[in-house]
Amino acid sequence: MNQMHRKPGRAPRAHPAIVRLTHWISAAAMVCMIMSGWRIYNASPILPFTFPEWATIGGWLGGALNWHFAAMWALAAAGAIYLVYGFGSGHFRRDIRPVGPRAILRDIVAALTLRLAHREGHYNAVQRLLYSGVLVVIVLTVITGLSIWKPVQLGFLSWIFGGYAVARVIHFTMMVLIVCFIVVHLALVALVPSTLRSMITGGRVAEPIDRETAS
Amino acid sequence: MNPFRRVRPTYDEVRPDLVKIERRLMLRSALSLGALSMLTGCNLEDGDSVDEALKIMSRFNDKVQAALFSNDHLAATFPPGAITKPFPFNAYYGMADIRTVDAASWRLELSGQIADRRPWSLAQLRELPQQRQITRHICIEGWSAIGDWSGVPFSVFLKRIGADLRARYVGFKCFDDYFTSIDMATALHPQTIMALDYGDSPLPPAYGAPLKLRMPTKLGIKNPKYIAAITITNHNPGGYWENQGYNWFSGS
Repeated sequence: MNQMHRKPGRAPRAHPAIVRLTHWISAAAMVCMIMSGWRIYNASPILPFTFPEWATIGGWLGGALNWHFAAMWALAAAGAIYLVYGFGSGHFRRDIRPVGPRAILRDIVAALTLRLAHREGHYNAVQRLLYSGVLVVIVLTVITGLSIWKPVQLGFLSWIFGGYAVARVIHFTMMVLIVCFIVVHLALVALVPSTLRSMITGGRVAEPIDRETAS
Repeated sequence: MNPFRRVRPTYDEVRPDLVKIERRLMLRSALSLGALSMLTGCNLEDGDSVDEALKIMSRFNDKVQAALFSNDHLAATFPPGAITKPFPFNAYYGMADIRTVDAASWRLELSGQIADRRPWSLAQLRELPQQRQITRHICIEGWSAIGDWSGVPFSVFLKRIGADLRARYVGFKCFDDYFTSIDMATALHPQTIMALDYGDSPLPPAYGAPLKLRMPTKLGIKNPKYIAAITITNHNPGGYWENQGYNWFSGS
């Protein structure tokens, strides 16, 4: 980033409008998909438990299916826009691409001891790992979802995942990983509440750490 | 320093903060109330705006599924060893309420856009070419099972009776009061058969004796059992589950 051409006090947005918009649309769609998905799961559980009714939406199986297959389009649209933007603008390469295991370990230790500094617009190693990981998981969830929605018309997808029954288990497993991500994500937001504000307003990129004065 | 200085802040000092907190709590509870009222009881029966939106999306999904559908895409077939035993019974009632008819006097009634509407007997259906398929049945509830059906390819039968193949829908009425309907494209799919046998014997009562439509390209709710009448029409005849809010196309 060229520091010379910046007006004083007007750092660029930490989160561009397209990232914020797709983030919130995906978040709403994902909540609808997970809660309706739990009711769909309850109709024919694959594990010896069901999800509590209050945590589901749709009211009954038919309603949950309608929620699931309506929210699907919002998630797919926002996800597609975000992926095109992420690859096209260099956002993934610049901000999300995971860095080495040493940096990840260092930042995990720092995060666990609550010493991980948050600088707006800069993604630390833990964030990079979580965000790149959950993006892969969401893409897998969508593809396994398509494969169990259309196991005949998109038969090659079900075949890749080992058939309808296996794809359904993978789809469920990906949901578990997404829920785990959401728990960690919300916990980190709770620790640094300003990140919530900047994901709404856009925030401003923090100055890079000046090595000479910092040391 | 005065050791007796009052440390407790006065009400006036904290009032702006209290007002802020109060506002925040109000806003939060309003938001969660709104969210709750939006999310509960949306069961497609209330006729509210959310349900209307979901119905519109469901009809949109019908169109997408019809566009994705191709007669060239065949469902996977399986070796006899993969057959699910026992193949599950499923209906809108329990197994004790299965209804039966006398196979010898049973007749398939035909109506709508069909040239020859004479009823068919089982013996006549057995004279037509037969096809056997071991395919996966997928229930709308998510479970699936592999079964072994044989019978008359539906396209062969539809051509034989002079059905208008440009009509949009095929409707089914069953003698257990179930009913459903499918699109013509699915009716003509090479794996859509009028199943007369399960395994090596005639369909047992639990699987829809004497006639069931078997389509691996549709979810279980679209595979009618105990068929009594078939109609060819341009008006969507709906279905037992579909009319209650399940997606009409329900393809796979």
